[in-house]
Parts: sequence; structure tokens; C-alpha cells
Amino acid sequence: MNDMTPNREERVANLKGLGCKRKRVEDARFTQGKGNYVDDIKLPGMLFGDFVRSPYAHARIKSINAEAALALPGVIAVLTAKDLEPLGLHWMPTLAGDKQMVLADGKVLFQGQEVAFVVASDRYVAADAIELVEVEYDDLPVITDPFKALEDGATVLREDIADKKEGAHGPRRHHNHIFLWEEGNKAATEAVISSADVVAEEMVYYHRTHPCPLETCGCVASMDKINGKLTLYGTFQAPHVVRTVASLLSGIDEHNIRVVSPDIGGGFGNKVGVYPGYVCSIVASIVTGKPVKWIEDRMDNLMATAFARDYWMQGKIAATKEGKITGLWCHVTADHGAFDACADPTKYPAGFFHICTGSYDIPVAYVGVDGVYTNKAPGGVAYRCSFRVTEAAYFIERMIEILAQKLDMDAAELRRINFIRKEQFPYHSALGWEYDSGDYHTAWDKALEAVDYKGLRKEQAERLEAFKRGETRKLMGIGLTFFTEIVGAGPVKNCDILGMGMFDSCEIRIHPTGSAIARLGTISQGQGHATTFAQILASEIGISADKITVEEGDTDTAPYGLGTYGSRSTPVAGAATALAGRKIRAKAQMIAAYLLEVHDNDLEWDVDRFVVKGAPERFKTMAEIAYASYNQAIPGLEPGLEAVSYYDPPNMTYPFGAYICVMDIDVDTGVADIRQFYALDDCGTRINPMVIEGQVHGGLTEALAIAMGQEIAYDEMGNVKTGTLMDFFLPTAWETPNYVTDHTETPSPHHPIGAKGVGESPNVGGVPAFSNAVHDAFRAFGLKQSHMPHDHWRIWKTANKLGLHG
Amino acid sequence: MADKMHLKLTINGEHLETLCEPRELLIHVLRERFNITGPHIGCETSHCGACTVDLDGKSVKACTLFAAQAQGATITTVEGLASPEGMHVLQEMFREHHGLQCGYCTPGMITRAWRLLQENPDPTEEEVRFGMAGNLCRCTGYQNIVKAILAAAAIMNGRDATADDAVKTPEEVA
Repeated sequence: MNDMTPNREERVANLKGLGCKRKRVEDARFTQGKGNYVDDIKLPGMLFGDFVRSPYAHARIKSINAEAALALPGVIAVLTAKDLEPLGLHWMPTLAGDKQMVLADGKVLFQGQEVAFVVASDRYVAADAIELVEVEYDDLPVITDPFKALEDGATVLREDIADKKEGAHGPRRHHNHIFLWEEGNKAATEAVISSADVVAEEMVYYHRTHPCPLETCGCVASMDKINGKLTLYGTFQAPHVVRTVASLLSGIDEHNIRVVSPDIGGGFGNKVGVYPGYVCSIVASIVTGKPVKWIEDRMDNLMATAFARDYWMQGKIAATKEGKITGLWCHVTADHGAFDACADPTKYPAGFFHICTGSYDIPVAYVGVDGVYTNKAPGGVAYRCSFRVTEAAYFIERMIEILAQKLDMDAAELRRINFIRKEQFPYHSALGWEYDSGDYHTAWDKALEAVDYKGLRKEQAERLEAFKRGETRKLMGIGLTFFTEIVGAGPVKNCDILGMGMFDSCEIRIHPTGSAIARLGTISQGQGHATTFAQILASEIGISADKITVEEGDTDTAPYGLGTYGSRSTPVAGAATALAGRKIRAKAQMIAAYLLEVHDNDLEWDVDRFVVKGAPERFKTMAEIAYASYNQAIPGLEPGLEAVSYYDPPNMTYPFGAYICVMDIDVDTGVADIRQFYALDDCGTRINPMVIEGQVHGGLTEALAIAMGQEIAYDEMGNVKTGTLMDFFLPTAWETPNYVTDHTETPSPHHPIGAKGVGESPNVGGVPAFSNAVHDAFRAFGLKQSHMPHDHWRIWKTANKLGLHG
Repeated sequence: MADKMHLKLTINGEHLETLCEPRELLIHVLRERFNITGPHIGCETSHCGACTVDLDGKSVKACTLFAAQAQGATITTVEGLASPEGMHVLQEMFREHHGLQCGYCTPGMITRAWRLLQENPDPTEEEVRFGMAGNLCRCTGYQNIVKAILAAAAIMNGRDATADDAVKTPEEVA
């Protein structure tokens, strides 16, 4: 060939493939205000829907009078449960096997519950009309405490199922009980605990919080009565599942429903479920024949749409005198609110909580989770985590610290002697998981060295002495965490949502001139899929990422997939992308062989081309092959170059990491100043280090919020006390620290490119790191457990209780 | 419903007028009546800053201002920052330093940063963090937003944009 041919290194660089810090293709639009979010969608004749919501947490509805609202010019309709009942849509199934009121049917069960849906000409008229709908309530006793909900004689919350002894997940032992879900060996664990050298026991509460993406949930439903097609635009993390659910609920054939997720302004689990607003908008569009838009305001979102966590975790951890852990026992009281609307794979009512043995080689363990109804909003979504993994990681990382305290051991050393060892992978945990790969000791040593752990402990000891001498009022806390995630749900044999197996998909078309389009079953909400999936493909098929369009979120064009949550996009759809790329390459090889007049096996792949073995000057680039596939009659081959892959993962992936947080706590003001945060992540093969780092920064900031101030709090009447951003803590640039990121790289052995996923690790590992730092600051004064969030007031109270205010 | 009023504004250099109710919020007039959908709605209580626009030389949150209060004002939104020559340096630096993810806060964030760099052309990291504290981001953790703004300031001051190692991580240094 001639001298103009780029060398191999240049050709690799031109691909912008795996491992490259490629700048995002999404950003030109977003930085210039040209995003297209659901509230930007405007259709001719569009109406606006809004909800009358319950001011009570528990009340019987005596009457609803919409006369005055209907008399207001511009009001088209006011829908109540009575209007939906003939359609069978006044209730709808939840993802967790329960059912949920779409509009209040006879009673309300939480504050903010949807009571009536007003449809009006614009959002101002709709807001006026809401005020004019008269609802008469008879208030009922309120239960906000899950332990009280299970007491004898507690008020019956769910009258519709009060007599049902069997729920979707087995027997119900009380009218406010949802399920008991168990894993592990209870008898063996209790035997170990009763005879152990040392047992540490504690109640660890992971409070109720909320994903609170900056864009709230919303949709535009548009029923075209002439051709019978329903188009639904909305903030859907799982558009294909929404289509199936919409078809099952409405009776409209699935081919007549098109669901489109446009740009989504953050999801974090908040946009996985199906909400009453979607159902009411669809009904309103069918009834009126016009498009209907529904957009939550922030208060609606925080009060009613998909909370997260709210797990009371009672733990016992047993160990030898030397600190070798011998068993772990856990019982969770899970507050699910008024309806069980958790977003978990169907067979896992407590998600993957049984990853709670964490990164440690624990020979025997038991977990039991009791789901309970209360007068709170439904939800229980995975707020930037894979189905209750955050709760599990917080639980085990607190229990390790509490055990270290009891043993009077250094918590870093306690972790080290209990880590699963590198040679034990694939590792079978006592609670039934098969961890794919890991090298925990290497990561831990790297992290401790990076922060000069010994130096920090020395400084902390000196500070403590100075504090005792009255020279400072600030204590120093060192928060350690080593977490193992379980993501990439999941194998169809045991993971499904509403019966749909949790595979994912990618379809690729190569254009004649050597560029391509790839469509996936997932949907980005800020993760940058258009950038990173093109990188995976570029490395597989030798076409520059800059020449690959990635498209997601339109069910009429994209292949079926289960969507983006639980860090599943890279482990599942990323794998599908790689495998679809390999199918393209396999056909390309045959085409190249024909063009070069050699046998298929005489060719080898080289970055962006097939080369004749031993004759490097004889090759066909992918661009040449693509063109040939469209313009030559090749014997035995169909024209064109396309492939589709549906990937059923053989196992989950298990990313892990080591996080260390250092903070200075002023015992008089309760202010915690985060001085340092080091985050080492191992997410297997790294696709785009820039995007990974961005994910880690963002997830850590969510963890900071959750650990240090963010909560959905209720008073005893069931009033939401944190319904606006005035009360619900979202950190600003001012209180957010700079983070130092680092990594090790242990590929997943079963993933086609070895990638494990990273988006949620920083939330999962960050929360215990922040919380452990607060606890560690007070360890010398005997603090065992103080519940999150560690806001200034609670930290002050902790200091006060420990007698540090003189 | 009150009678509509005649609203005249200069938005991104263009003289625009419309009829609107006196109670309509500026964000709704921009988005619904003028189809300027760069500014977003995130909280409706002035906390998140997704709706930030520049009004007569000040950053304002368009979700808690009546359009009537803006009568006659000169407004710049994110759509007005790029020039025929290309993106504004802030837009370029947000891309360069990965200062955005879902993009929802980005228009307000960049519009605020644009005013901040006029108020304080050469801010320290601390001044950027303080000056941007009215704009919330749920995705990025701010580190790269701060980096992008400092880099833009450096370029606008004629310095080497890579001289922003105040917030560089060890990985990048290595």
C-alpha cells in the first residue's frame, strides 16, 4: 500500500473505541438548550392534566364534587375512580405483584395520593380547577411506623386484601403484612451466633429518601382515533416494558402503541415504575381524542412518586477473638408504604438484599425481610442502585465497624482478614450468589496507601488527645468502606419484570459508505450511551465511533429491551452490542474472503480491516466491505450488513470498590467538614474513563446527600415534612467536596468485553463511607450507631448525648 | 381569568411580543409562548436554578418571576450564547471537561456561569462554587462543572486553558 496509510496506532486512535476518553456526542445539543425533554413536547390541540391529591394520610372519601371545576372555562373533564372503574383501570398491577389505586377508590392511604384527574386547556386552568374540586374526607387513624403497623389491633390499611392470607410472595401473617422473604440457613446461623467468641448486634436504619432527578416525571399521551394508534412520550427508564404494560392495561394491541422516551433529565430509579399519571393521561386522551400532557411538580414528585430505602435492619455478626467472621444474621422490617410498588425483579421481593455478606468470606448467613404496609407513599425503587444493594452495603459496612469496635480492632485490618481472596473467585456466597471476579486485597492496599491510612490514624489520635485537653472542639473521623455490588440483572432464568425476562438487545445496520446506526433496548438518562456504546461497537467492528449513531427509546424502532436501571446497561445491553458487532464482523469476514479470493480462515482481523495472514499488504477495510455488501452479488450471502443480538447474561456482574472519607466534625455546631474523599472503583474493563469518573463524582454526591441530610420525613399524622427542595436536601457546589478517583481493573470473566458497570457503585459505597466517618469520629466516646441522615442537628445531638458539651 | 396583557421583551437580541395573563410566570411564557425551551423547570420554588435566565444583566430564576415583572426587559437564555462562529467558550468547556450528564440543569448552569464570569472575570475555585450555589445538578457532583468554568475563565483571560490543575485528580496528573 502507499505511504498515506495510517499506521496501526493511528488506526486504533481513529476508532475512538474502548478505553478512550471520548468527548460526549450528546453535549452539543444539551449545552445549547436543544435537548428534547418531555415537557418540551407540544402537540397540536394538546390538553393538560393535573391531580387533585389527598391532604390526608388515611381517610375515607365521603364524596367528590366536581361541578364547580367543570363549570370553569377551559376544563374538559374531571376523572375519578368511578369513571375508571368501568374500564377496569381504577386499580393497576404493581411491579411487585400487588395492585395500586390509580385514583382513590373509597379511601386514601397516603398524603399526596391521586384522588381525581383534571383535564384542562392549559396548566393554569388545570391548577385552578384542582382547587375547585370538593372532596369530603373522614379521617382515619394513621400508621407511619412499620413496627406499630404489625401490632395486634393495628388499623387495617388495605381493606381490599384484609382477609387475604396469601400474597404474591407467600403467606401474610397480619393484615398489614406483605411478605416474609428468607434466604440462607437460619438454624445454622443461629447456632454459630449462640456459640461464638464475639457477637456484635445492632439495629441499622437506612432512612426513607428519594431519587429526586432534576426533571420530574411526566408524559404526553396521544390517541389517534382514526388509525387506532396510541403514542406515549414520557420519562420512562424502561420504555418497552411500559408499552407492554400499557397494552395489557388498555387492551390496545401492542403494535398499535408506540412509546417514546425522549431526552430524560436524570432518572436514578425514579422513572422505572408505571404511575397513575401515565394511566390517567392515556385514558384522558382516549376519551377526549386529544393529546394530554401530565407533568408532576416537585412537590408531587417528592410526596407521591417512588421513594427509596426505608429499611430497618437488625443485625448480628459473629466472629472469633481474632476477628475472623463466622456468621451473619439479619432481619429487616421493610416499610413499603401503602402499596407494594417496589421495582424489583419479580422473584426478589427484597431485591438483591442478600448480597449483604458484602466483600467478606462469611461461611454461614441468614436474611429475613418482612414487608409491611404503612400510610406512606408507595415505591421502594432502586435509587441509583441495583435493587436494595445500597441497603445491603450500608448494613454490612456498619456491622463491620461495630464488630471492629467490639473487638477493639482496626476496622481496615478487620476487613482485610475477612476479604474473599482472589483465588476463591468465582466465589459462592452463603446467601446463594456466585461472585464473578475480584481482587479485594490489591484494591484495599492501594486505597490505604493512597490516603496514607497510618498517617491519618496517627493524626486522629493526636487530635483526640488535643480535644481531651480542651485545645480543639473538632473531632476527626475516618470513614472506611469496601463494597461489592451486584448489577446487570439479569439471567432470564431467574430475573424478570412482569414476566419479561431481563435480557437486553442491540440491532446494528452498517450503511453502504461505512457508517452505522445501532439501536438498543436501553435508554440513557445522562449516562452518555450515545457516546459509550458507539465506543464498544467501534472496537468490535472497526468503524470509528464518530461514524456510529446510537439510538434508544423509541419502541417502534429499537429492539425490545428491559431498560436502564440497576447498572444493567453496560453489563447486558453493552454485551448485546459487542455480540451484535461480532455477528457483523463474522459476515464481513466472509465478504472480505470473497473479495480477496482467499478462504475465510486465511484472514485475520486487524483493528478496522481483515488482512490476509502473512500478506499484510492484502486487506479489505470495514468501509470497503460495507460497500461491497451492498453492491456486489456474493455467492451464498444475502446483501446488506446488519445484525441483531438479544443477550441473556449468564450471571450478574460484581463491581467493587474501596472508598475512604475523612471529615472534621465540630461537636458544638454539628457541622461536618469533608476534608478528603478517595474513591477506588473496579468496574472491570473501562469503556470511557471520563464518563466513569463523571459517574463516580455524581454518585458520590448523591451519597453525600443521603448520608448527610436528605430524607423523606413524615410526622405522626402522615404529613410529608420534606416536600420541597427547601426541606429536601440536595447539595450545592458549595457543600460538595472535590473527589479523588482511582481504579483497579478486574474484568468480568463472563462478559464479552469484561465490563461490569459503574453508575451505581458510588451511591452504594459512598453512603457507608460518609456515615462511617461520622461514627468513627465518635468511636472513642463509645458511639455504636446513630441513624442517618447525619445533618448538623443530629450530629449535635449525638455529641450532646455522649456528654461532649460539658 | 384576567384580561391578557401585552408583553414586550427583547430575547436573545430579538424583539418579541405576546399576549399573556398577568399571572403567567416568565418561565412559562418563554417555554410555552416563545418556544424557548432551553430553560427548564425543576422545582418551581427558586431552589434548583434549571430555569435561570439573564434579565437586564442579572441571573434570575424564571420560575418565580411573573412575566409582567419582566415587561420591557432584555433577556438572554442559553440559546443566545453561541455566535455564528460557534459555541460560546463556556459551552465548549462544559463539553471538554464533562460538565454535564443528563443536560437538564445545563442551560441554567451555563447561563448563570456566563453572568458570573462577567461579575467576576477571574474567579477562584471557591468563588465559582459560591457563585454557582444557586444552581443544582443531580448528575455531575459539580467537580467538572467547576473545572469547566475555571477553564473558560482562563481562556477568556487569554491563559492556557489547561492550567486548571487545582481540581485535577491524581489519575489525570499521572
